[in-house]
Amino acid sequence: MRKNPRDVLFDPLFEDNPIALQVLGVCSALAVTTRMSTALVMSLAVIGVLVGSNVTVSMIRERVPSNVRIIVQLTIIASLVIVTDQILTAYAYGISQQLSIFVGLIITNCIIMGRAETFAMHNPPGRSFLDGLGNALGYALVLMFVAFFRELLGSGSIFGVTVLAPTTEGGWYRPNGFMVLAPSAFLLIGCFIWILRWWRPEQIEEDFDARALSEPRDQSHIR
Amino acid sequence: MPRSVGYTVRFAAGVSIVASVLVAGSAVLLRDRQDANRLLDRRRKVLEVAGLVDAGERLTGDVVTRRFEADIRTIVIELATGEPAPEIDPVGFDQRAASRDPVRSRPAPENSAGVTRLPDHAVVYHVIRQSDIEALLVPIEGKGLWGTMYGYLALSSDLETVRGITFYEHRETPGLGSGIEDSDWQVGWVGRRPFDDEWKPRLEVIKGPAGPPDAAPYEIDGLSGATLTGRGVTNLIRFWLGPDGFGAYLERYRGEAGIP
Repeated sequence: MRKNPRDVLFDPLFEDNPIALQVLGVCSALAVTTRMSTALVMSLAVIGVLVGSNVTVSMIRERVPSNVRIIVQLTIIASLVIVTDQILTAYAYGISQQLSIFVGLIITNCIIMGRAETFAMHNPPGRSFLDGLGNALGYALVLMFVAFFRELLGSGSIFGVTVLAPTTEGGWYRPNGFMVLAPSAFLLIGCFIWILRWWRPEQIEEDFDARALSEPRDQSHIR
Repeated sequence: MPRSVGYTVRFAAGVSIVASVLVAGSAVLLRDRQDANRLLDRRRKVLEVAGLVDAGERLTGDVVTRRFEADIRTIVIELATGEPAPEIDPVGFDQRAASRDPVRSRPAPENSAGVTRLPDHAVVYHVIRQSDIEALLVPIEGKGLWGTMYGYLALSSDLETVRGITFYEHRETPGLGSGIEDSDWQVGWVGRRPFDDEWKPRLEVIKGPAGPPDAAPYEIDGLSGATLTGRGVTNLIRFWLGPDGFGAYLERYRGEAGIP
């Protein structure tokens, strides 16, 4: 069953979101979402890398010897990540310092490799481009959602512009310290998934059954 | 479909070559810009701690360079003796890179600041106002709770008071130890006394709030929930102002400036 290009692009936003449904790439979503500016730059970096890796992998998919395909994908992804990191250091120095190692860690972001292996290896470059863009936008959507609440409630600002004047600067809003810490992102991602599944009940998984762990089952949700 | 071993090897080699050309190319093409950014960032921090930037003021690169060149004199010194080292170009000198380079550094004596290597040469900044030295800036670094904290300490030209402090890189706990980069906390350093009457560094980050500088000249507000970060800051300040750090230079400076 071939999806039409529109669905390839837009499904990963809500229908098949890489973080909310596949639960991939959560680590970086915790780390870079204290401020919206860092989340935005991280999103752009992931968009660049995922689109680039999907298209490249797709272009060489028929020539890659299958026994070395994973390491070839990894080489491509790692190169793209290093180049992205270099570009950020050159053109967005302040933010690249804040993102520190997390740009480099895009290499280990399961979304990238997951899309290369499950989609780009079996689809032509055009569709792989749309798939990469869609999934990266799905990732970006969750990141921006989480960062919006963490920055607003944790620092009283949006994109660094003060909205709720915090008490430390003589205002009335007492910043919520929990929002600055990484676990709050778990809570917010949880809320995102909750809202999403309340809106789209078909995404709710069957009740968890411990016996199923010993039996082979659908692996797509495992990180 | 299975491929021959020869094909696989050739393919892998091809991918590796293309990838390395891409990575090396981007590194070479962007290096100048990245170095310029690093230099600019360092200068911006120096200006901030020297009090030449107002809080919240956003400076463009040009303004940073102009103010830095107009108001700051960079001096490279030999750390152990405090002698100036005119043979080293201060613009290109990177003290952090030097302390990682085995040729240009030596193991540090045992210390509680977590400093493992000392560079042979170090950098000192003089803040100049109307051709007089107004303040003295030294780079500082040392172990915090999770990693090394890097910053600058500014002293008044008579070495009587602290003019400011900043940390530009650290890995302390967000919301707790990361308070070392908040201006609210940093401002509490201004006016404290870095040395006692015997020129021994006495500053200490205590628990809880320190009084005003007159009442508690050697005490700095504690950071709640960050006792170990505070201890790290105490240790690194005492190390860098002490005999193994900038002690020799500061003694020389006192002689030159006629400070008893």
